[in-house]
Amino acid sequence: MSVSVQISDFDAGAEIAALRRDPSVGAIVTFVGTVRDINEGDSVSSLTLEHYPGMTEKALADIVGQARARWSLNAVRVIHRVGTLRALDQIVFVGVAGRHRGECFAACEFIMDYLKTQAPFWKKEATGRGERWVEARDSDDEAVRRWERG
Amino acid sequence: MKVDILFFASLRETLGREKETAELPETVRTVGELRQWLAQRGGAWATALAPERAVRAARNHAMVPAGEPLQTGDEVAFFPPVTGG
Repeated sequence: MSVSVQISDFDAGAEIAALRRDPSVGAIVTFVGTVRDINEGDSVSSLTLEHYPGMTEKALADIVGQARARWSLNAVRVIHRVGTLRALDQIVFVGVAGRHRGECFAACEFIMDYLKTQAPFWKKEATGRGERWVEARDSDDEAVRRWERG
Repeated sequence: MKVDILFFASLRETLGREKETAELPETVRTVGELRQWLAQRGGAWATALAPERAVRAARNHAMVPAGEPLQTGDEVAFFPPVTGG
């Protein structure tokens, strides 16, 4: 299964090892997103991720499909956690394996850029001033437009 | 026609509802018209679904624009811009 949405943590090393099993692979690019302890100037004690079960997996699989159509890749792995997380916790893993690094770097960034704007996850953070929903950033939409312009 | 409507994140909290099944009048034929129809309930509905608010929609688990036509049995979800990753 190339896409997982889960409460439990993941082992990035084990995921990389799994991507390395194919001897035609010459490059593996990974991204790990983690929980920051500060956002918008306030300290964040925890982050709760909500998602849309049923749509989330489909949206992620669709993004992976778009990346695979755009670049020649050997394997792609996406893991996104949901539930309550704390500073330093891992949120998301994207691993891309291919023959050469260029397409792997590009595909990994493409997948993250689309995930940030297309996959139905929402973050609510607990700060010293109470709980609040994290606002979407215009820069994330701009990152996607960059790919659409080619 | 009858559709299931879901709300997520801040929209779910503001509206105090996560899911409902609604029988739509014949004038409601698209996702955007459904949003307007819900906003006509007034109060929190009018505020949260007002045209100037950034609200995204999905029909049967795929993000769609406001002009997306509806069919009976559809699952339509409304939610704020996503913030995963």
